[in-house]
Amino acid sequence: MDTESTYSGYSYYSGRSRGSHRHGERSRDRHKSRSKDSRSEKSVTINTPPAEPLLGDSSIRGEQVQDDNWGETTTAITGTSEHSLSQEDIVRITKDLEDSVGLDCRRYFTLTLAIILGLLVFLTPVAFLVLPHLLWPEKLQSCGTACEGLFISVAFKLLILLLAVWALFFRAPRAGLPRVFVFRTLLAVLVLLFVVSYWLFYGVRILDSQDPNYQGIVQYAVSLLRQLQPAFSVCVTRSTDGEKRHYNLGQISVQRAALAIIEHYYCDFPVHNPALLSASKSRAAKHLAGLKVYNVDGLAHSQSRAMIAAAARRRDSSHNELYYEEAEHERRVRKRRARLVVAVEEAFTHIKRMQEEEQKKAPGDVMDPREAAQAIFPSMARALQKYLRTTKQQHCHSMESIQQHLAFCITNNMTPKAFLESYLTAGPTLQYSRDHWLSRQWTLISEASVTSSLKDGMVFLLKCVDFSLVVTSRKIPYIQLSEEYIDPKSHKFVLRLQSETSV
Amino acid sequence: MSYIPGQPMTAVAQRIEIQKLRQGDHLILGFSIGGGIDQDPGQNPFSEDKTDKGIYVTRITPGGPADVAGLVMGDKILQVNGWDMTMVTHDQARKRLTKKKEDVVRLLVTRKSLEKAVKQSMSH
Repeated sequence: MDTESTYSGYSYYSGRSRGSHRHGERSRDRHKSRSKDSRSEKSVTINTPPAEPLLGDSSIRGEQVQDDNWGETTTAITGTSEHSLSQEDIVRITKDLEDSVGLDCRRYFTLTLAIILGLLVFLTPVAFLVLPHLLWPEKLQSCGTACEGLFISVAFKLLILLLAVWALFFRAPRAGLPRVFVFRTLLAVLVLLFVVSYWLFYGVRILDSQDPNYQGIVQYAVSLLRQLQPAFSVCVTRSTDGEKRHYNLGQISVQRAALAIIEHYYCDFPVHNPALLSASKSRAAKHLAGLKVYNVDGLAHSQSRAMIAAAARRRDSSHNELYYEEAEHERRVRKRRARLVVAVEEAFTHIKRMQEEEQKKAPGDVMDPREAAQAIFPSMARALQKYLRTTKQQHCHSMESIQQHLAFCITNNMTPKAFLESYLTAGPTLQYSRDHWLSRQWTLISEASVTSSLKDGMVFLLKCVDFSLVVTSRKIPYIQLSEEYIDPKSHKFVLRLQSETSV
Repeated sequence: MSYIPGQPMTAVAQRIEIQKLRQGDHLILGFSIGGGIDQDPGQNPFSEDKTDKGIYVTRITPGGPADVAGLVMGDKILQVNGWDMTMVTHDQARKRLTKKKEDVVRLLVTRKSLEKAVKQSMSH
């Protein structure tokens, strides 16, 4: 392409872009027409600053900017190719769009969306309660005392919901972030889905059938509000190595709690490594193998008791062995780790990111990230392999995955330490290859019915092929918070001495 | 030995006369004092009442003039040569004891065992 585009006077006009808000729509067309010309008429130099609306204004602009070659920059719209845009043009357009229309519009757009969602969530329970009165008042049963009590609970929960929605969505953001705030969007989408599903159910079951049972309707409205507050703290323990995590869940049923816990499991718990459990199993086997018990009496009870008694009396030094073995293992791991760190650091010094100017000068030995990774991998491969073997992680990482990770780290300018972090500590299951966690089937084992809601002290199991997660739920205690005011001027101190003088 | 501020205090006291020993340029008595109204009474290991800000004997050099004269560690000094020592600062107490012109100091001290001894002798 022999056209060039320069942004002369860019900074001057970006300030004006706010004012030229209303020209936003038109400016898009102008950009399109201009870039059309850059393709069709190759001899024209486009020298226009962005976010400038109209061709007619260019004359005024010319006077203000004192640009010497403004005469050359007026473009004639030939209207040849309607939709031909090159990659550069697209990039330029999007940049211009963001600057001219982007900022304020996006902020207000998010805010309006949040307001709408908040209002929707707030008004839904109210609507649930009011609509029956409006639509079929004659058929409705009068609301008893229990029902009226529910009204009060609905009112208070609405108040809390209002505050929560305000806190989450309405507070003015301190900055405009480059990408949409994912968590908030997800939450908003979730809430929207929640509300929509409640409305669907309401519409089908209650509005259509014109349910005269008003109490049921009020209870349904209350149930919408219950799911949202945290009420239980569950403690999840993995049965094989005792890894424990705590989560806060709302007033939900056992199966939904199980689902939430499994989702958390994949990103919080370190990956299940069966190789680490072999040591304790062999110790247990040794304990059993050392004893031979002969059944003289013919009674089952006495045999087990005799075994336990014999084991207690036997003077074995297995604890000693364990201690020294663990110390030795620790030392070995540390030594291998030191070798690994040094090897990786040295390997990383062999490659350097090339700057753009250098690329043009020496095109000979240039490599893309994958080739660079393959080039430095052999120097650290042995140390890494030995370390993984010592920590029994060798089956988690294939050579291909290590090279991929290395290329990834090189591309993103990561340090050797950042590269090593995923091998030095066991990460969550999601970090490893898909076949580690994709083919998981979970079984929920619970004494109480799985659709019943969580209770204090409830225990259930989530069984997987290799291990199981033991889940205990505890009610979050009632918290009484009181306030105490301390005047900052009341912080005063004295010196306490005790000296001894010899006379 | 505990007392109420503003009220007269009674204690069984012992007179001790210490001859100062000349060591080079200084006259020494051979003991250390602690306490005073500007000090922290709670850290005094010898006082019964932890609000007592009097002057106490914290250390005695064995064989020194104070030891010879019969001063015991833990004694509370009530008077030095007639000057009161129950309401003085630590530095004032030190000055009263180390006057260069005086060769002899006459102390009035009190200790717990004195009261016990008096009670015992009275009961006999």
